[in-house]
Amino acid sequence: MNGAHDMGGMHGYGPVQPEADEPVFHAPWEGRVLAMRRALGAWRKWNIDAGRHSIETLPPADYARFSYYEKWLASAIKLALGAGLITERELETGHRDPSTPKATPPLTVDKVMPSILAGGPTVRPTDAKPRFAAGQTVRARNIHPPGHTRLPRYVRGHLGTIECHHGAHVFPDSNARFEGEQPQILYTVRFTARELWGETANATDAVYLDLWEDYLETV
Amino acid sequence: MTHDHHPDDDHSHGHDLSETALRVRALETLLVEKGLVDPAALDAMVDAYQTKIGPRNGARIVARAWTDPAYKARLMKDATAAIAEFGFSGAQGEHMVAVENTPQVHNLVVCTLCSCYPWPVLGLPPVWYKSSAYRSRAVIDPRSVLREFGLTVPDDVAVRVWDSTAEIRYLVLPERPVGTESMNVDQLAELVTRDAMIGVAKVSAP
Repeated sequence: MNGAHDMGGMHGYGPVQPEADEPVFHAPWEGRVLAMRRALGAWRKWNIDAGRHSIETLPPADYARFSYYEKWLASAIKLALGAGLITERELETGHRDPSTPKATPPLTVDKVMPSILAGGPTVRPTDAKPRFAAGQTVRARNIHPPGHTRLPRYVRGHLGTIECHHGAHVFPDSNARFEGEQPQILYTVRFTARELWGETANATDAVYLDLWEDYLETV
Repeated sequence: MTHDHHPDDDHSHGHDLSETALRVRALETLLVEKGLVDPAALDAMVDAYQTKIGPRNGARIVARAWTDPAYKARLMKDATAAIAEFGFSGAQGEHMVAVENTPQVHNLVVCTLCSCYPWPVLGLPPVWYKSSAYRSRAVIDPRSVLREFGLTVPDDVAVRVWDSTAEIRYLVLPERPVGTESMNVDQLAELVTRDAMIGVAKVSAP
């Protein structure tokens, strides 16, 4: 979707403002939100792509206004409601609907480090032959999918060069819609800064993106 | 920490919890009451990212690569496996690639679409990395972003920006500073900063 999240190349956000000696969390609630969202994820009612899409589909004004962990909070609630883990009524009252059984959490303390260390690899076995070869010129397709996609607007329609491929990875566009992983070859593609931003860009600079085969076309 | 103790109680002014903190507390109470999350697991997750998983991990990788050419070769060929040699792996670092800074090339990592970041080696991202300013400008104007961090890259040095659009996560291998020839791997690791491994800084000799 052409959302507020797709901000590569936008102007107007001002200087980057690093913070000296920044703490991991600026308030305890931030850590709780991170942990709750991941612990809810252990129910496997959604996947990482649907999770990202739940943030992208926040109202654009909220997306702009919310901090990172405020977005995570809004997303956790949205995902849990959407999956039926909690109800609007429970959210209002703050208490479990007594007619529903108490569940057993899948993520217990002994599973926290193993789950972190295992993560969720997205590479998948494939018999598919890569359609593009290293060094080949390709064009990022000029497409505007209304759902989740990882093809940023700023490269669409532009020419790039295949740097390498990483085998087949879960395709986020379909996975976010719960239409299956549909793995396809993932490439690193190099776009020169001048191709993306015009003649005033530094002649030696380039931007590299990881793009799935369906995002690319032959020239 | 006992499990019925709420971490927000640690707030120095318990009576003026923000509205967000209260909402988060209410959500946790509900999720625990429903048996959806285990509060001890939440404690362990917070502790992992506060005390175990952070940029010191990445610094050990970099220092090793500076001092052990065979390790560096493994890191550049298959970073995921080379990093796993240290026991660092998993969430938001499932597929790692190392990119090397040289006198001719300076690398910079960003995620324009969200805030993807190599958690196993750098921990959770700083606020500036997640900011709209960094996400919007790193790809179109990396050199002025770098200048804001105090780093001027000469025009004839190529700036390569890595936009983390998939599940590949990037670790910048900074240049080893001159004057550190006599330092051992642990001393070198102390010099390596988070910002240098994102690519917004160089590593300085002490």
